[in-house]
Amino acid sequence: MAVLVVADNDNAHLRDTTHKTVTAALAVSGDVDVLVMGEGAKAVADAAAKIDGVRKVLLAESADLGHGVAEVQAATVEGLMGGYDAVLIPATSGGKNYAPRIAAHLDVAPISEIVEVVDADTFVRPIYAGNALETIKSSDAKKVITVRPTAFKAAGEGGSASVESATAGTANGARFVSEEMVKSDRPELTAAKIVVSGGRAMGSAEEFQAVIEPLADKLGAAVGASRAAVDAGYAPNDYQVGQTGKVVAPSLYIAIGISGAIQHLAGMKDSKVIVAINKDADAPIFQVADYGIVGDYKTVVPELMAALG
Amino acid sequence: MKVLVPVKRVIDYNVKARVKADQTGVDLANVKMSMNPFCEIAVEEAVRLKEKGVATEVVIVSIGPAQAQETIRTALAMGGDRGVLIQADADLEPLAVAKLLKAVAEDEKADLVLMGKQAIDGDNNAVGQMLSALLGWPQATFASKVEVEGGKATVTREVDGGLQVLEVALPAVITADLRLNEPRYASLPNIMKAKKKEIATKTTGDYSVDVAPRLTVVKVTEPAKRSAGIKVEDAAQLVAKLKTEAGVL
Repeated sequence: MAVLVVADNDNAHLRDTTHKTVTAALAVSGDVDVLVMGEGAKAVADAAAKIDGVRKVLLAESADLGHGVAEVQAATVEGLMGGYDAVLIPATSGGKNYAPRIAAHLDVAPISEIVEVVDADTFVRPIYAGNALETIKSSDAKKVITVRPTAFKAAGEGGSASVESATAGTANGARFVSEEMVKSDRPELTAAKIVVSGGRAMGSAEEFQAVIEPLADKLGAAVGASRAAVDAGYAPNDYQVGQTGKVVAPSLYIAIGISGAIQHLAGMKDSKVIVAINKDADAPIFQVADYGIVGDYKTVVPELMAALG
Repeated sequence: MKVLVPVKRVIDYNVKARVKADQTGVDLANVKMSMNPFCEIAVEEAVRLKEKGVATEVVIVSIGPAQAQETIRTALAMGGDRGVLIQADADLEPLAVAKLLKAVAEDEKADLVLMGKQAIDGDNNAVGQMLSALLGWPQATFASKVEVEGGKATVTREVDGGLQVLEVALPAVITADLRLNEPRYASLPNIMKAKKKEIATKTTGDYSVDVAPRLTVVKVTEPAKRSAGIKVEDAAQLVAKLKTEAGVL
């Protein structure tokens, strides 16, 4: 049985969430093809062809695919599903946007955000914001699966699969108007090796920028924030780490002035090493932190900057 | 314009879910239940559309046990006009829910379905997209701003890395993200008024829809617990530990 992985890309770059999804797909089947959807995305397809274990790469292009219009993305995948028993899609905001549509049209149950492949029909996924793990077995002949990328290791590169073109789907759907992407030289939050996050203790957007961002830049880290900090307007929406924001699992996660609400922990507790800096010694964040410093960030962070040299 | 708002009764946002000892699921006995927070945001948005004179009627629908009627009442107290309860004793999968909602949206001749992007129990984030696909109506998910005018909606969406603006012709399905609005608290007079609002009660059998499960829950387990580590004295000691002990710097 062959399976299809849909690549996560921005028309120019292939994101490593794709490599991680390929790892999940290889646990389902040895025959893994990758579909790249975009516009002017040949470079993405060439990059995908290098992923180890990939049989071939399909490239479908149109303006709507380039803008990530869900109806057209789903129609494109549906057009290919005759040849596949399962499709695995990175559980990014883009992937979550169109994957369920494919399941609805195929009349199958979507399997959302898996963190483990038990066998070709059985998967583990978090429910209740990660407070429980559900092992489910699907009885559907074809499967539509989204994959939580942070739960899988990235497949290596060294392959040389062929690239073929595929037909872009068409559908009557939403019309793309515009987009506004945050420009940053920092690594992307979900892909960063180190994440520095700030919480409500920062007290203002100016303080957040003055404390969190220089430390992140010194470490080459991405910047995150708790929901409380985002709701208070100290940090932009897309910085939010947590159940309702992004799920991250970097090698090092530094939480500064974050108490550690359940909803925040759900988004970062799979990080390899967690550091917490908080003046409240009883803050729940210390219960998951490998290293904690009880102290005011106003003194600890400058010391940390100095110690890092 | 008629707006349909599906709402779900779930474990309260502030309650930590506990896995049952026999691994069959999460213990919901004697646990506080509330309206799913994303559904609350959708109700608020629909009521605001009515207050602006854009929507003429806001219909609340819930699929669940008899107690889901309380969830509908909460939405009616916020400003919904009437409710539909589809009683189902088993927890239905997103595909079945989407099929039932399709039937309701067609019965009601809704112009807009406004719903939460996901329920905080199953965390599937699927029903809105599936409903849109089944109805053949355009979708705009994860909305942080909605403007309805002249038979179409302009929706600002939260996407990885920024914001995207889509235009959808009505009828359409829009799902609400966290920052779309701050839901109101229902006032006491409105809670009293809501008690008199009509709720039609149906069962899943009233719709010719296949609601059989496609997934079997093998087990539900607790995630591996992280244990608390150590407290270090100062930043210098922390950096030393991160370099030598943890090897992450």
